[in-house]
Amino acid sequence: MSATESLKPTTAGLMDAASGTSKPRNMGQILRWLVLFFGGILMVMPIIYMISTSLKWPHEVYNVNLIPDEPTIENYTYVLEDGRFYMWFINSAIIATATTISNLLFDSLVGYTLCKFKFPGRTLVFIAILSTLMIPTEMLVIPWYLMSQQFGWLDSYWGIMFPGLMTGFGTFLMKQFFESVPDDFIEAARIDGLNELQIWWTVAMPLVKPALAALAIFVFLGNWTAFLWPLIVTNSTEMYTIPVGLSGFGDEADVAWELIMTGAAISTLPTLIFFLIFQRFIIRGVVMAGLKG
Amino acid sequence: MSFYRNLTIRQKQILWAWAFLALPVLFYTVIRFYPTGNAILISFQDWNLLGARTWVGWENYIKLWHDEVFWVVFRNTFAYLLLGTPISLLISFVIAYHLDKVRFAHGFLRMLYFLPFMTSAVAMAWVWRWFYQGVPIGLFNNVLAGFGIAQIEFLGSTETALPSVLAPAIWAGLGFQVIIFMAGLRAIPTSYYEAARIDGVGWFTILTQITIPLLRSTIVFIVVFSSIGFLRIFDHVFNMTTNNPGGPLNSTKPLVLMIYDTAFNSFDMGYAAAQTVVLFLILLVVSLIQLRLLRST
Repeated sequence: MSATESLKPTTAGLMDAASGTSKPRNMGQILRWLVLFFGGILMVMPIIYMISTSLKWPHEVYNVNLIPDEPTIENYTYVLEDGRFYMWFINSAIIATATTISNLLFDSLVGYTLCKFKFPGRTLVFIAILSTLMIPTEMLVIPWYLMSQQFGWLDSYWGIMFPGLMTGFGTFLMKQFFESVPDDFIEAARIDGLNELQIWWTVAMPLVKPALAALAIFVFLGNWTAFLWPLIVTNSTEMYTIPVGLSGFGDEADVAWELIMTGAAISTLPTLIFFLIFQRFIIRGVVMAGLKG
Repeated sequence: MSFYRNLTIRQKQILWAWAFLALPVLFYTVIRFYPTGNAILISFQDWNLLGARTWVGWENYIKLWHDEVFWVVFRNTFAYLLLGTPISLLISFVIAYHLDKVRFAHGFLRMLYFLPFMTSAVAMAWVWRWFYQGVPIGLFNNVLAGFGIAQIEFLGSTETALPSVLAPAIWAGLGFQVIIFMAGLRAIPTSYYEAARIDGVGWFTILTQITIPLLRSTIVFIVVFSSIGFLRIFDHVFNMTTNNPGGPLNSTKPLVLMIYDTAFNSFDMGYAAAQTVVLFLILLVVSLIQLRLLRST
């Protein structure tokens, strides 16, 4: 795609040289590229078909053609007309954004504290938070539901959001990245008279921006697509998130497939477009989070 | 403030640390640890949300042991794991191995493979569900019909339903695994390949003697990570079988769906809690076995 891409050390050159003569190698390379290309096209086929069908008129839906004869945005106007998808979209956007901000603040604050402060109880807190990674969400949904029922959190933004406001994964990820912030920087800021909160916010946080971005991507995507807990905690249509809404919408008896595909496209396109814009950045973030987290 | 001024630097540090941690510690206690204990406690009780909570000891676990549906569900859950993990591991490794050797339009190809990871499971479950419909609706059967091949029932038959539900789950996770594998491949020092080249070693030997052994930690990560995902499968199953959740005849029902049904359709909270404890133990045991096996050999 660009110059920087080819500068990264691929094993390609070396492996080619290892595999002998040049002619079969070139043929092999072309064949490899073609197979990967068609494999890649197959991979995105479900997404392409979803979009293509969402742009078709009802009579054309069951044709296997990829490009609609007469593309129409009729399905989108129909689906958005009654305002439900619009509402669910806004709900998901608010919840995913608020949860992401909360994770960025708290996971990094806790990660930073565990990494840069010496205090009694540090190991205990660290191990306790790390151990939450082993507890599956499914084990907690029943107590969370009872808790929400007791405190009147059912069917509210807070009810949907509260379980994910901080995560052990994010805390651990941020702690790893704060290791690379030199203690000298923090010491220097202390001598300059900054208090600890200012040091964290103005000195340490800017140095881990790539990690914050990686965490933001994971948390946002996770909450945008979250299904089980929002399904349990919401019960009025107005409070549904987009996956819960879509699931119920698809199940309505009179809903045609092109409308379901339109709903699916509405729920998926934002993250896809976001990915296409920030592609390299996101992939780097995923690798960072995956390997360090 | 004079109190703060009189503290030593170390005391101030301790104070700041606990000030930063106060809210998070409260959060983890109330939202993570208390519910964990509560789930275990409820698993020893009989409670339908409305009536009284009565202590029943191991009864929920004994009931689970004798529940025929549980054993079907248990088998399904492990079928998702035992099919999903090796298949996705193999496919993603083959893709990553070859993609790593391609320079022309590398970023474009990588994008194609990664894109499904950015989709929502619910949305794509509905797309695949549409693919699986019979003629004239579903894409797959239309294509089969085009070649004059017999129809496949996919979600309709007890034999094909589970693999049909599993396919989109594997599909959605591949991109992530490919990216992680490629990062692992890039981390192998080129000097190993250079040495192999000088020795005139063939590609297969390089693959089995250098690449795969040096990818061990990457493989461990992917196996454990994807196993946990397959054991907890829910979104795909729920959305592809909404007309008959976990059907046909419970043939696609995983443990998480059974938990959801027991807790939020039958409101048998104690029984559902016991199922969640079993899920937790399964996840724990499977992860530990995998770590032990993959790290030591």
